[in-house]
Amino acid sequence: MDGFWSVLGGAFALVFALDPDLMEIIGLSMKVTLTAVFLACLIGLPLGAAVGTFRFPGRSLLAVILNALMGLPPVVVGLVAYLMLSASGPLGPLRLLYTPTAMIIAQMIIVTPIVAALTRQVVEDLDREYAEQFASLGVGAFDRLFSLLWDARYSLLTVALAGFGRAVAEVGAVLIVGGNINHVTRVMTTTIALETSKGNLQLALALGVILLVIAFTVNACVMAIRASAVRAAYA
Amino acid sequence: MIKNIRLAVLATAMIGLLSSVAAIAEDRFIIVQSTTSTQNSGLFDHLLPAFQEKTGIEVRVVAVGTGQAIRNATNGDGDVLLVHSRPSEEKFVADGLGVTRADLMYNDFVVVGPAADPAGVSGSNNAIDALRKIAEAETPFASRGDDSGTHKAELRLWMAAGVDTTSASGAWYRETGSGMGATLNTGTGMDAYVLTDRATWIAFGNKGNHEIVVEGDPRLFNQYGVILVNPQVHPHVKAEMGQTFIDWLLSKEGQRSIADFTVDGQQLFFPNANDGSS
Repeated sequence: MDGFWSVLGGAFALVFALDPDLMEIIGLSMKVTLTAVFLACLIGLPLGAAVGTFRFPGRSLLAVILNALMGLPPVVVGLVAYLMLSASGPLGPLRLLYTPTAMIIAQMIIVTPIVAALTRQVVEDLDREYAEQFASLGVGAFDRLFSLLWDARYSLLTVALAGFGRAVAEVGAVLIVGGNINHVTRVMTTTIALETSKGNLQLALALGVILLVIAFTVNACVMAIRASAVRAAYA
Repeated sequence: MIKNIRLAVLATAMIGLLSSVAAIAEDRFIIVQSTTSTQNSGLFDHLLPAFQEKTGIEVRVVAVGTGQAIRNATNGDGDVLLVHSRPSEEKFVADGLGVTRADLMYNDFVVVGPAADPAGVSGSNNAIDALRKIAEAETPFASRGDDSGTHKAELRLWMAAGVDTTSASGAWYRETGSGMGATLNTGTGMDAYVLTDRATWIAFGNKGNHEIVVEGDPRLFNQYGVILVNPQVHPHVKAEMGQTFIDWLLSKEGQRSIADFTVDGQQLFFPNANDGSS
């Protein structure tokens, strides 16, 4: 396997040489995934918190549905998104198929249930702890929801990272709605799939290692921000 | 307060989405639905820069199997169709979904297999005979199984050989349901014979112990055709730019560019637009 190490070395050499094609692919991967996770949090955090806090009929069922949707197969999401965005689909006139926006939408559909389901659990546990305090202070429903979200913010960072992990590694959905078009919708995972299909297994594996390093870096940055925020909060 | 922030963030996100939509609408590009062999071999990387430099039109290639490419084009998700399964292409035009079909280029299919050649077909130039031997020996054969142009060609050959692969599926006949490259990876991994187009095989990087065992049968001829998606069915089809691309491919310049493309010194596609088209 000494071939593997030389290919891996070559792949990292491309990174350090800031190879424009590779940088473009990494950049698009990050842009698509981070935007999708951001939008998924925008929807998933309040949604999960609402299901975790409020009492309403069908609440347990909704919680089960959210948990189940964490297992959404990306290929199915890609297929549904394709059928919606296709020129013959209901959203065809928007002309979004084969654009990064389509990839963001597909990843958002995959990540939102993960964020919502995990947020529900975190907020529900916290709500139980705070219930008496809220009752004695007569806190309104929405203030309660947002103060719970705020107090759980460090746990919710990990929730967002779980969503990021799923989105950045996902290939089935972005391949279908993005089309893996060179310089337009080609991201790390679709490049890995393409190189595998060309039989360039070592290059594919090397790109996989780079993707892991990027994911590690993003996680390390978020954890560092979290650590310094915690220090500041309790200093 | 918090609500206002959320609204502002949401509005910003929506504006971002819409502006990216608007930016795309202004660009001069067409979408070509094509097959994996043309992309994986590197042909498009060779052709497209020359075309873009001449016309300023960007060509965005979606490379999938012929079956899926035709379905995507049927839905209107492409301006030009460039595939290799003549019966399906002619049906696409006959159904009014495409304007006209033109022959573009050809190469050929080959059967690749393990060097040990357990079915004893090496050196044959009779594909039907070779497939029959593989079936009789019940040696593994990896099929695309994905309704692609290569898969359709393979099924025609099995039919001509009088072999019923359905009953052997899961035994020696293994349908991968994937692209050419993935099927070749499977084939080299399980010492199976595989029918592949020559271009993908030559450019393929994971050949293992496999080599070409059957070639040179006229039945292994592999014709590529190009079709403009019908703008009367899908009004958003960029007919003018799509036709410009097709005209260039069929022109002397485009045809010469196809002939000039080599991998390891071997020509992979042979232009034949001027040999008469349907």
